[in-house]
Amino acid sequence: MTEIKPSRRGLLKGAGALALSAPMLPMLKVLPASAAKADTAVVVIGQTINSLDIHRKGTNRPSYQIAVNCYDRLVSFGTKTLADGSLSYDYSTLKPDLAENWSTTEDGKSIIFKLRANAVFWDGSPVTAEDVKWSLDRAVSLGGFPAVQMKAGSLIKPEQFVVIDEKTFKIDLIRPSKLTLPDLAVPVPMIINSKLAKKNATAKDPWATEYLHRNPAGSGAYKVARWDPGQQLVYERNDKWTSGPLPGVKRVIVREVPSGSTRRALLERKDVDLSFGISDKDAIELASKDGLKVTATPIENCIYCLGVNLKFDAFKDKKVRQAIAYAVPYEEIFKAAAYGNGVKMWGGASTKPADTSWPQPFPYSTDLDKAKALLSETAFKDGFEVPLAINQSLSSWMEPTALLIQESLAKIGIKATIEKIPGANWRTAALVEKRLPLHLENFGGWLNYPDYYFFWAYIKGHLFNSSNYDNPEVKALVDETLHMEIDNPDYAPKVKRLIEIAFDDVPRIPLWQPTLSSGMTSDLEGYEFWFHRQLDARKFKKA
Amino acid sequence: MLSSRTITVLLRLWQALPVLFGVIVVTFLLTRALPGDPAVYFAGPAADAESIAEIRKSLGLDKSLPQQFLIYLDDLSRGDLGQSLSTGQSVLADLTTRLPASLELTFAALLLSTMIAIPLGILAALNPGHLIDHACRLLVTMGVSLPTFFTGLVLVFFFYYLLGWAPSPIGRLDFAYLPPPHVTGFYTIDALLAGDPETAWAAAAQVFLPAVTLALFTLAPIARMTRAAMIQALSSEYIRTARAAGLSSRKVILTYALGNAMLPVVTTLGMVFSFTLGANVLVEKVFAWPGIGSYAVEALVVSDYAAVQGFVLSMAILFVLLNLFVDIVYTLIDPRIGSAT
Repeated sequence: MTEIKPSRRGLLKGAGALALSAPMLPMLKVLPASAAKADTAVVVIGQTINSLDIHRKGTNRPSYQIAVNCYDRLVSFGTKTLADGSLSYDYSTLKPDLAENWSTTEDGKSIIFKLRANAVFWDGSPVTAEDVKWSLDRAVSLGGFPAVQMKAGSLIKPEQFVVIDEKTFKIDLIRPSKLTLPDLAVPVPMIINSKLAKKNATAKDPWATEYLHRNPAGSGAYKVARWDPGQQLVYERNDKWTSGPLPGVKRVIVREVPSGSTRRALLERKDVDLSFGISDKDAIELASKDGLKVTATPIENCIYCLGVNLKFDAFKDKKVRQAIAYAVPYEEIFKAAAYGNGVKMWGGASTKPADTSWPQPFPYSTDLDKAKALLSETAFKDGFEVPLAINQSLSSWMEPTALLIQESLAKIGIKATIEKIPGANWRTAALVEKRLPLHLENFGGWLNYPDYYFFWAYIKGHLFNSSNYDNPEVKALVDETLHMEIDNPDYAPKVKRLIEIAFDDVPRIPLWQPTLSSGMTSDLEGYEFWFHRQLDARKFKKA
Repeated sequence: MLSSRTITVLLRLWQALPVLFGVIVVTFLLTRALPGDPAVYFAGPAADAESIAEIRKSLGLDKSLPQQFLIYLDDLSRGDLGQSLSTGQSVLADLTTRLPASLELTFAALLLSTMIAIPLGILAALNPGHLIDHACRLLVTMGVSLPTFFTGLVLVFFFYYLLGWAPSPIGRLDFAYLPPPHVTGFYTIDALLAGDPETAWAAAAQVFLPAVTLALFTLAPIARMTRAAMIQALSSEYIRTARAAGLSSRKVILTYALGNAMLPVVTTLGMVFSFTLGANVLVEKVFAWPGIGSYAVEALVVSDYAAVQGFVLSMAILFVLLNLFVDIVYTLIDPRIGSAT
């Protein structure tokens, strides 16, 4: 079905075909006659892309793929091959993207980047340090999510970004931090063609948010040939790309198909090459089909867990939290809610972590006798009632999980009632007001360091600490380790101590580490997992 | 001088104005009463209090309700329905792409549905209690009691997945085609206008399975209403008179009985049309149809005020026009009605 109807069609169509969507884009008006199946990849996704600009307010996650496929950054992460043969980004190596090299100044207060001499934007204009400055200024100035993400890398104000000459750029550090360089490789600090953007900026909209919302202006591997909001996005290869080997396909069509069953049917019929982000059930079942393959990559630094809120009286007692951790039916949950597609986070060998790997299994497993015994040592030995909250938008895994937890808790005398909270209210209830006594939570950190996870999820007042956990020792340890290089001799012992406290205090009871699964035809190669969990088509190639 | 029918139409439109204003007020208040805070939602999961406040300000949600309402009215008067946050487009642009998609699907479904339901209803009325009547009852009961997403998936399973007769259930056009120039927004018609029968055929092929799914669901009210109205008409005195006068049974049934039975059927059609348009969310999901139903539901889930308001308002206008249209059709079917209104 990906075959493009040749000839006539292309010549006939054209003018007016785009009146519906975004008339300003130099959109794909014809599907060229030469297009053959081998150089077009068709991808289906379940969600909708709502902007071509990651810096815009309200840009949703699926739209992050534009930042990756259409824009370059100063630096990028390397690629590694996982045990199952699939590709994943590699957070431990940074490689040149638009910057061909970089070095920290002797005083350790700045990083100097040398830009690739031949790098050009799609319109042919060279990528200069001015563009880099404008783009990073924009990322920290527009507020909202981009600013928060930049802040994680200690990048907070335009004064930090300095143009030295046309191809040399400097970042002044407010503190030395191991997070700064990796944070320059996440989708947010993308480099925009500032000359083009400024031409389309207005006094009211100095950062050209309206223009870039519909018209990406980058130097990346693909251009956007066509965008029909709510229906499809068509990428076309940028043959002038300099930051990596050219993609093996000329065109990638991303279609939005909301129904999972329909997406599966399309893939099984091989009318599409890739179904991105399939359910765990489909992942298990499709893997055995002829001509198809499934890639299931554990999501780094992400854990699905049961949050035990310390605001709730009974959960102030550590033994009650531990009792719950022993009462959770891990194995059944893993089978029913994840179809066994993930990494187990229970049954750890020791109460002291052997290494700093994260996430790692916690030293709990289902043991109702131990749970009862622990509970009987507390003031709540006769049991209590507690609501167990789940997010309706994520009910596919939260609902079966909650039912199994409810059933198991009843056996130790805790009566949990399931409370379903609509997706639009979930963030306010769980993360802002932090008022859900017992709840399911799914935080994952983009920057893959345990201390970064603890920073967001175990410190009082921080957003993903939905359990209101407060421990001065954890706070001190995170403050010390967050910006520390991992080869510092103090780093490992401190992180191990953090993990040990998390084991013992269990304000968050890990269930399993989820996976991002995608199904594809065996012809498609070059699928790569990224922490942002969106499509990266830059290495695509068809056999 | 205006004819009496024109006056009726104008009067009806004028009467609709307070209704529309009421709709505007009610949807404005209802969307604000929804639980959930759009500023928080759209700030993204990692946002801090400051960025949420910025977004609230840019949405105008920091102002008092009456102020917000006045701003909304002012925008409306300029034809500005606002920006949808969830799709990133202006609500007007969303509606002008999605409403024709829904209308095309609904019209196709109703056309199919009436073509089957009305003859079926007539046959059932002519043979009440016989085999054909029971068969009709069975079919419509099945159609209405199977959830549409289920019917849709079953059709996809057989006709696309197993047999490969239907094209990919992937929206309004397959990958190989580009939308025709926008005239009516109906792809089949636009493609024909552009002199491109190939694309028109492709668009018609895409709409076929979802239309059948919806048609199965809408058979019941139309067939049942036709049957009931026909039975009533057939037992009335004018039919007895017509029969006594020796008119052919074809003339009696199709002209006298059916003509009179059409009034309630048209009313039912109007109702079926309106609920189908808004309620085919699940069909839209299964067939990736970029229609208005799924748009509204998605917007509602994330408290996307502008989109919800725009949807309700456009539906209200559509309903007013639809009722007007049904009334006018009445006057065509039954000349007694026209001047009495």
